[in-house]
Amino acid sequence: MTNSTSDSMDGADAGAEADGGAPRETPLRAEHEALGAAFTDFGGWWMPVRYTSDRAEHTAVREAAGLFDISHMGEIFVRGSQAGEYLDFALAGRLSAVKVGRAKYTMLLAPDGGILDDLVVYRLEEQEFLVIANAANREVVAAELTTRADGFDVTVTDGSDDYALLALQGPRAVTILDEVVADGTISGLGMPLAEVKNYAWTDANLTPGEPGVDNRTNTDANLTPGEPGVDNRAKTDHNFTPGDRGVGGDGSAGGGHRGSTSGTTPLLLARTGYTGEDGFELYVAAEHAASLWRALLAAGESHGLVPAGLAARDTLRLEAGMPLYGHELSRDIVPAQAGLGRVIPADKRGFIGEPALEPRPQARVLVGLVAEGRRAGRAGYAVRQGDRVVGEITSGALSPTLGHPIALAYVDCAVAEDPEADLIIDVRGTPIRARLTTPPFYRRTS
Amino acid sequence: MTDHLTTLQYTAQHEWLEITDDIATIGITDYAAEQLGDVVYVDLPDVGSMLTIGEAIGEIESTKSVSDLYAPVAGEVIEVNEEVDANPDLVNSSPFEDGWLIKVRVTDVAAGLLDRDAYLAMTGSGS
Repeated sequence: MTNSTSDSMDGADAGAEADGGAPRETPLRAEHEALGAAFTDFGGWWMPVRYTSDRAEHTAVREAAGLFDISHMGEIFVRGSQAGEYLDFALAGRLSAVKVGRAKYTMLLAPDGGILDDLVVYRLEEQEFLVIANAANREVVAAELTTRADGFDVTVTDGSDDYALLALQGPRAVTILDEVVADGTISGLGMPLAEVKNYAWTDANLTPGEPGVDNRTNTDANLTPGEPGVDNRAKTDHNFTPGDRGVGGDGSAGGGHRGSTSGTTPLLLARTGYTGEDGFELYVAAEHAASLWRALLAAGESHGLVPAGLAARDTLRLEAGMPLYGHELSRDIVPAQAGLGRVIPADKRGFIGEPALEPRPQARVLVGLVAEGRRAGRAGYAVRQGDRVVGEITSGALSPTLGHPIALAYVDCAVAEDPEADLIIDVRGTPIRARLTTPPFYRRTS
Repeated sequence: MTDHLTTLQYTAQHEWLEITDDIATIGITDYAAEQLGDVVYVDLPDVGSMLTIGEAIGEIESTKSVSDLYAPVAGEVIEVNEEVDANPDLVNSSPFEDGWLIKVRVTDVAAGLLDRDAYLAMTGSGS
């Protein structure tokens, strides 16, 4: 038996090849090993691909919750008096319009409009943003952001090595986090969890320790988020910032409800994710990642929470129709081709990548494909109409939730515009009939 | 490790085979099943087809990847495991028992087959 089709996540590794040497490890490597994880090299990182079963982990996220270690993602801070207008120039979106406390999906474009990476950017303060890059693209993003900062009053700091990132995803994510708040592991929330909107974040504190230990002595700030209706996000004393991690104090100890308590460490808690479910992403100093990981797993155990690996993450994001860099997104693709033209405001001008606004009439566009049976088209497989090759699959799998094969593919425009198109996926010589659909393939109901 | 596994022969491509008289039962190993992840589809040769040593005779498709199955013997396929067609996850849950793949009336056997210890050493699983 020999692997004839490599793991469909490999495409994202492209940027890591230049590094050579052994893959990097996250601060949670020992936790994963203790849980019996199988590992894979992903984006130059040694990452857990599964703990028990891809499908069991996938289903847990859809029905209960899953906990992912995504510490391989890059955290790059942009600070300075011109941070907003600088990011408007350097990135595809209009980041200056993002309010403090909110986040935005955006892209780093090449001068010709090709995609160098897709990003989530958090506005931490009026003059401070946190840019989240894909693991394999971290160096490219940091270097481009630094180069593009020339002439602006901003500083670009790659803080990736200092932070771990955990993703708690699934319909029971709020319930599980509420328990961790109740036991005092997470305290000092800027607002109640339920009020953290989609693509928003809040500060909190983590009291590192073993799960089960009663940390309640530190929770005075815990459930007192302030007056209802008062926007706690308009503060500029957030405690999650490079340089003073672990210090705890932020000079505002008497000034409000989010000041760190001695013995705690800052946590950034965001309602973002990559699975199509409700969920949160939690940024914490690397040395406290294991403490948070254990606390979340312990609190979630009775709610069906399981640790989940990259294999489940990939099928979840595919069902949700979310693009993956190295598959749906690349240097040769402009956002509109990927159905993501909205990342550039139509009236935006004067930014790097502006040619992406011009139509590329002959360019293939991203579509969804569904088929019967159990044999899935995979990345790189041809899509045919009769004998003519009209496209290529970028990601494909047997959907664990839907039970039939799904795929994302770039196809000729004329094909994409014909909803009745009779298409064939060439599955290693076997023709599989497929039809067009508009992603997402799966949409959560609640 | 059960005695049963020590009597099996193994290929470097992660097939196992058990030859009784001139009938070989063939499957993939626990290590291969673990590496593949959840198996969702198995494509096997038809009963009656003639196998040549080293040729690709089928496919094992998991959630994340696709692998070819290679013939470790020459001969005629006399039985395929219909249960695996209906329940591909048998390859994960019972790779050496219920998850067997095909039975072949053997005319020749590949050179260089491994015993359990050599196979475990090759996969880095220890012996």
